[in-house]
Amino acid sequence: MFALDAQQLTKVYKGGFQALKGVDLQVEEGDFFALLGPNGAGKSTFIGIVSSLVRKTSGRVEIFGRDLDRDPEGVKSCIGLVPQEFNFNLFLPVFEVVLNQAGYYGIPRPEAKVRAEHYLRQLDLWDRRGTEMRKLSGGLKRRLMIARALVHEPRLLILDEPTAGVDIEIRRSMWSFLRELNAKGTTIILTTHYLEEAESLCRNIAIINQGEIAERTSLTALLSTLNTETFVLNLKGCVSELPELGGFVLQHLDDCTLEVEMNRDHTINGLFDALSRNGIEVISLRNKQNRLERLFLELVDRRAAGLEGGA
Amino acid sequence: MTGRLSEWRRYWVTFETIVTKEILRFARIWVQTILPSVITTTLYFVIFGRLIGERIGTMDGFPYLDFIVPGLVLMGVITNSYSNVVSSFYSSKFSRYIEELLISPAPNWVILAGYVAGGVARGLVVGTAVMLVALLFTEIHIHSPLVTLLICLMTAMLFSLGGFINAIYANSFDDISIVPTFVLTPLTYLGGVFYSISLLPEVWQRVSLANPLLYMVNAFRYGLLGVSDIPIGIAFGMILIFILILVAFSLLLLRRGVGIKT
Repeated sequence: MFALDAQQLTKVYKGGFQALKGVDLQVEEGDFFALLGPNGAGKSTFIGIVSSLVRKTSGRVEIFGRDLDRDPEGVKSCIGLVPQEFNFNLFLPVFEVVLNQAGYYGIPRPEAKVRAEHYLRQLDLWDRRGTEMRKLSGGLKRRLMIARALVHEPRLLILDEPTAGVDIEIRRSMWSFLRELNAKGTTIILTTHYLEEAESLCRNIAIINQGEIAERTSLTALLSTLNTETFVLNLKGCVSELPELGGFVLQHLDDCTLEVEMNRDHTINGLFDALSRNGIEVISLRNKQNRLERLFLELVDRRAAGLEGGA
Repeated sequence: MTGRLSEWRRYWVTFETIVTKEILRFARIWVQTILPSVITTTLYFVIFGRLIGERIGTMDGFPYLDFIVPGLVLMGVITNSYSNVVSSFYSSKFSRYIEELLISPAPNWVILAGYVAGGVARGLVVGTAVMLVALLFTEIHIHSPLVTLLICLMTAMLFSLGGFINAIYANSFDDISIVPTFVLTPLTYLGGVFYSISLLPEVWQRVSLANPLLYMVNAFRYGLLGVSDIPIGIAFGMILIFILILVAFSLLLLRRGVGIKT
C-alpha cells in the first residue's frame, strides 16, 4: 500500500494560474521522500491539497488507501503537517499549543499531556513549556512545529521546508530526530531548499517544476547519472603554475586553492597520486557544489530550455 | 457501535478543546473583554437610571432604572458574543493558526459549535456581570427564569453565529468592526433598550417592528419583568429561525472553504 497516492492532481487558482498540471505521485509506506522544486513550482500547493488546506481542482488523493474525498477525517488523522510558515497563536504557551492540537485530533487531555511532554522532551522544548510562542526563537518554533505535528502520532509526516532559517546545530539535531522517527516506521515527505538536507536524509525523490513532476526516482539512481564532479582542494603550499595532471582538468581559484573536475573514470586515489608526483600536498578537499544541487539545476534548466524551445 | 461511540467521544474532546481555548482566551484578557462592558453599563445605570431616570418616572409600570436593566444586560450579551467569535476566529485566520484545526479531523459542525459555545460563554459571563452591577442599583425579581435564560442563550448563539460569518468574510481587522459599529449598536439602541416603542408615533412603531433586536430585547424584558411590547412567541420563533438559517449558512461557508482555504 502507498502512504501517498496522488493521481492527476490539478489546481487552478482564482485568476487562472495553474499551479499543478496533472501530478501523479506515489510514496511508499516507510519511505523518506524528498519533494524538490524551485520557488513557485507547486510543492506547497501539492502539500496543501494533501493536508486539506488547499482545495484541489481535480484529481484524486489517497493516504494509506483512504480517499481524501470520501474519508477526509480518516485521511487527516493519518497526516501530521509541519508547514513552511509559522502558524501559531503567538500568545499561547508552548505546552498549550501542543495540548490544543492533540485535542483537535480528539485525544483526551490526560493522554494528550503525556504525549505532549514526550515530544517536547524529545525536541528539547520541555524547559520552555510555559514560554509564550512569541518569545521563542525561530529555531525553537520550528522544533515546536514538529512536536505539534507528531502529538497525534501520524503515520505520514509532511515537512514543508522544516529547517528554513534554522542554524546548523539545530538543523543537524532535527535531522537525527527525523531519521530516528523514520526508522521507527513513520513515512516522511520533505520539501526543502537545502539539497544537502535531501541528499542526507531521503531515499527517494521527486522534482516538481512548473506544476509537473520532472523526475521521480531513487536518490542513488539520480546521483549515479552525474557524469562529472568538481572538487575544491586547499593546498599546503601555494603553486603559481598549474601542473599537468593527465586527464584531470585543473583551475586556479587562488595560489593555494585549486579546482579539479573529475569524470566518472577518475578516482580520488588517482588524483592524489598525480598531485603527489607533482609535489603538491592537499590539506582538505570539498565538493564545489552539492551533487544533488547540480542535478537539480540541470533538470530545471533543461526543462526551462525545453519550454522556451517549444514556445 | 464502539466505533461510532469513539467517534462521538473524539468529537466531544475536540469541542471541549475549542471551547476551553476560547474561554481561556477571553479570561486571560478580561480587561479588554469583560471589564469595558461592565464599566459602560455601570455608567448607564448611574446616568440614565439614577440621575435622569428619577426625573423620567415609570415606564410600562416600572421605575425607569428597572425598565432599562433587561436591555442593558442583553446589549452586553449581544455585543460580547458577537465580538468574541469575530475577533477570535479572524485572528486565527490572520495568524494562520486556523490551519491547526483545518488539518485535523474535526468536522465543520464541531468547529462551528466550539466557536459559538465560546461566544455564548463570553456573552453569558458579561450578561451576568452586568446583572450583578444592576443589583447594586435596584432589586430584580425574575418573572420567568426559563424565558430569561432561553432568550439569553439563544440571542448569544445567534450573535455568535453572526460573528463567525463576519470573521469568515473579513479580510482585515477593519472588517470585523464594521458590523458592530454600524449595524449592531444602532439596532440595539433602536431596539427598545431605553424606551417602550409605545412612546413612538405609530409610523415609527411599525418601522421598529422591522428591527429584529426589538424582539429579543422585549422577550428578555418579559423574562425579567413580565412586560413586553411584542408577543414573546414571535420573538422565540424569530430567533430560532435566524439561528437555523445562520447555522446552515456557516456550515455551507465552511464546507466551501470560503475565506479559509484557497
